[in-house]
Amino acid sequence: MHETLILVIGLAAVLTTARLVAGILSWRAPKPLSSTLVNLNQRINAWWVMVVAITVAFFFGRSGMTILFALISFAALREFVTLTHSRRSDHWVLLGMFGIVIPFQYWLVWTAWYGLFTIFIPVYCFLLMPAITALHGDTERFLERVSAQQWAVMISVYCVSHVPALLTLEVPGFEGRNLLLIAFLIITVQGSDVLQYIFGKLFGRHLMSPKVSPSKTWEGLVGGLATSSLLGALLSFLTPFSPLQAAGVAFIACLMGFLGGLVASAIKRDQGVKDWGHLIEGHGGMMDRADSLVFAAPVFFHTVRYFWTV
Amino acid sequence: MSKLGTKTFTLLQTVTSVGLSALAWAVTGVRPIWNGSQPSDRQRIYFANHASHGDFILLSACLSEKERARTHAVAAADYWGKSRLRRFIAQDMLSSVLIHRQWTDEAENPISIMLSVLDEGHSLIIFPEGTRNMTDEPLLPFRSGLYNLSMARPDVELIPCWIENMSRVLPKGQFVPVPLLCRVVFGAPIAIAPDEERRAFLDRARQTLLALNPRPPTHDAEKWNPVFRKTSCDQKGLEHRAGSDIRHDARGDD
Repeated sequence: MHETLILVIGLAAVLTTARLVAGILSWRAPKPLSSTLVNLNQRINAWWVMVVAITVAFFFGRSGMTILFALISFAALREFVTLTHSRRSDHWVLLGMFGIVIPFQYWLVWTAWYGLFTIFIPVYCFLLMPAITALHGDTERFLERVSAQQWAVMISVYCVSHVPALLTLEVPGFEGRNLLLIAFLIITVQGSDVLQYIFGKLFGRHLMSPKVSPSKTWEGLVGGLATSSLLGALLSFLTPFSPLQAAGVAFIACLMGFLGGLVASAIKRDQGVKDWGHLIEGHGGMMDRADSLVFAAPVFFHTVRYFWTV
Repeated sequence: MSKLGTKTFTLLQTVTSVGLSALAWAVTGVRPIWNGSQPSDRQRIYFANHASHGDFILLSACLSEKERARTHAVAAADYWGKSRLRRFIAQDMLSSVLIHRQWTDEAENPISIMLSVLDEGHSLIIFPEGTRNMTDEPLLPFRSGLYNLSMARPDVELIPCWIENMSRVLPKGQFVPVPLLCRVVFGAPIAIAPDEERRAFLDRARQTLLALNPRPPTHDAEKWNPVFRKTSCDQKGLEHRAGSDIRHDARGDD
């Protein structure tokens, strides 16, 4: 509880500072405000809402977190499937993805059934979904439709469900504090996103992959990863890791997060859209915010499980 | 509309419309995009593409509470009047206007029924394709109703509305919706030009509606499969390609 209090106060302080800085910038800037500043203000407001939502879920413990991330999966899957090509005969497969895959996967998290949790989607869903599609007999663009559906459940459900799954890990001497692991993961990965954005805006010169994303620069990546590893070390009091280990784990998670953002950009570019959706004011859709968490969560989960559990 | 304009029915219709709008938002996150027109108090005829029973619910969910209360969807009597339950849903719950697609008796003339609703100051939602589109074509040819209504009541605004994705959310013959994001794009009002022919106007209205689609279907099938498909929309491209290939062969190497 003590760490949680420090955490909430720290987050509120960071967001208040950001609010003040953005306020001063807006106050001094020529009117009407540039789109960057408007977007900055929207983003900070949305961060407040997101932090409050996660904090509320936090106080409901395991059930709160599981339900919150099931809802995040729902929003992300809806955005993903909306972007992909599907045909009328896919109706029941799509319904199953929302109505069966999400509830079942999160029920497995809830009951800590690790063995089935890790294979339910990549084995059973991956084999059964194309089978159902084939039974329907509509072969038009079959492989494309099937792989898009598999990627949709893989990214929006399987990967995201690894965040609440952190609550099922039994780390000796860390009993009952697993919620803090989730906080550590979310803060470092999302912090890394923000830091990459800031470093990119301030020092960005060399575009990393102009075809994929016009905003990702080498300067932003290096600066963001270095500072978020440092942030990880500072937050090591939340975790079973030493400060050095925490920096290393944060580095791996944030690097994966960066790759997640890159893949999400490539998918959006391929489908010809700028944002996944419009759920969060100033940020776009749920996937625009969760893309880095998607890649970071499974790797973080397995890193902790391999090195820190018995 | 229900002949029984009692309080009970008004309440039923209000509860239904609020409930359905909330449901539409929860499932599809629907939001209006005003692209050339704005919400207003003017009497309007909204005309939209039609592929699903959910279309009208989605469109009315984008309207203000006040506008929704006076806006009625036009539905086919041969479908919605088939059973007492369907009639109850269409007329009493959704306050739709039922018209006969096949009529002989002058009392069943759909245009006069719709005009009488307009003359009460109400707005209408009509689907000029006349049926739910089940083809791969994005929009079927328009029927004449839109033209006849506008000729008879030129001061009523015609607003084109493109309903996105609803055919994937609730395809014909299905009753459980798949949650996908939907948008409704409201375009600039159109009017019949002086001396404009019926067919010319209907085609222009159809093109205007098509142009509102924020994500026109891309024919990227080639990206996936080099074998060309014989869908109607690729046919032109196919002939064009074949022609150029033949020329290319005739020319030999470049």
